[in-house]
Amino acid sequence: MIYWQLFWSFLQIGLFSFGGGYAAMPLIEEQIVSQHGWLTMQAFTDLITISQMTPGPIAVNAATFVGIKIAGVPGAIVATFGCILPSCVLVLVLAKLYFKFRNMQMLQGVLGSLRPAVVAMIASAGVSVLVTAFWGGGEITLAATGWALVVIFAVCFLLLRKTKLNPVLVMVLAGVLNLGVKLALR
Amino acid sequence: MKKHIVLRKLFFSTLYLSAFTFGGGYVIVTLMKKKFVDKLHWIEEDEMLDLVAIAQSSPGAIAVNGAIVVGYKLAGILGALVAILATILPPFAIISLISVFYDAFRENFVVAALLEGMQAGVGAVIASVVFDMGAGVVREKSAASDVIMALAFVAACFLDVNVVYIVLVCAAVGVVRTLWHKRKGRAQ
Repeated sequence: MIYWQLFWSFLQIGLFSFGGGYAAMPLIEEQIVSQHGWLTMQAFTDLITISQMTPGPIAVNAATFVGIKIAGVPGAIVATFGCILPSCVLVLVLAKLYFKFRNMQMLQGVLGSLRPAVVAMIASAGVSVLVTAFWGGGEITLAATGWALVVIFAVCFLLLRKTKLNPVLVMVLAGVLNLGVKLALR
Repeated sequence: MKKHIVLRKLFFSTLYLSAFTFGGGYVIVTLMKKKFVDKLHWIEEDEMLDLVAIAQSSPGAIAVNGAIVVGYKLAGILGALVAILATILPPFAIISLISVFYDAFRENFVVAALLEGMQAGVGAVIASVVFDMGAGVVREKSAASDVIMALAFVAACFLDVNVVYIVLVCAAVGVVRTLWHKRKGRAQ
């Protein structure tokens, strides 16, 4: 049943994304694109882009977007509920334990080993996003490369590293640059 | 203070923060601290730091986790539920609206070109975030962390290993490492 599948997928996303923000991205890609094919890699990349420009956590945005696409508003509610349920239970349990023992040594130890892996998984999801941007989900060859987008990526990366420009502003700039290139080539 | 006044204030404060905060969970948690600690004085500074630590250590979105701990602290389970609802309502409404228009807009020449360019832009944002986080891990000067990072990247990017398994394996490694250090500490 589709509601159950949505709930179960987003429950896993909520349960296994440690570290907030981008940590949910590789899990969403795994569940939504690789396992269920609910979104194409193109639509997933759009979703990440839209999430950057709107308020709200990526996981909640994804749950709403995918839920509506697959099973309407009830689907969106079920998916969102699935993605916050693990938080509700675990945060409350942790808060109780914390106030009782004030000792988080084991938790800190586990998080210490998870952090490098989370960085690696975000990097891996970032590679997927860039492959989609540069080759549009098609064959990866030199001839098929969107060179304009490679240049835009490099410009944005330099801007982000060298200036304190707001990331959302940099993304909008990337969009406008590409529109300019497309209009010039038309 | 009457409970329904606390709940109402909690709901609208959280709703406002959630609707107008761009830039992820860490930003919203900072703003929550400003609101509930510095402005309303409902929570002590030290306690808020502990609550934030719990929100960051738990799986899931940090904004949602932050809302849960603050809501729970102020008004128990009911407070947590009210805060969660206020946190997810704005993104739910905005993304619902966008998803309705998405298919129609995606075909539009201007929107398609903008989105395509922004994909390269978001790629750069992610690359920059990874750069900072990766540098943080390397600075720990822990060989084990570097090895975990390298192996996890190969597994996720080239071997298509399900990321859930990567999380589980690394959590298990963390348990073993902590127990090992504890035993060593006791032996000395």
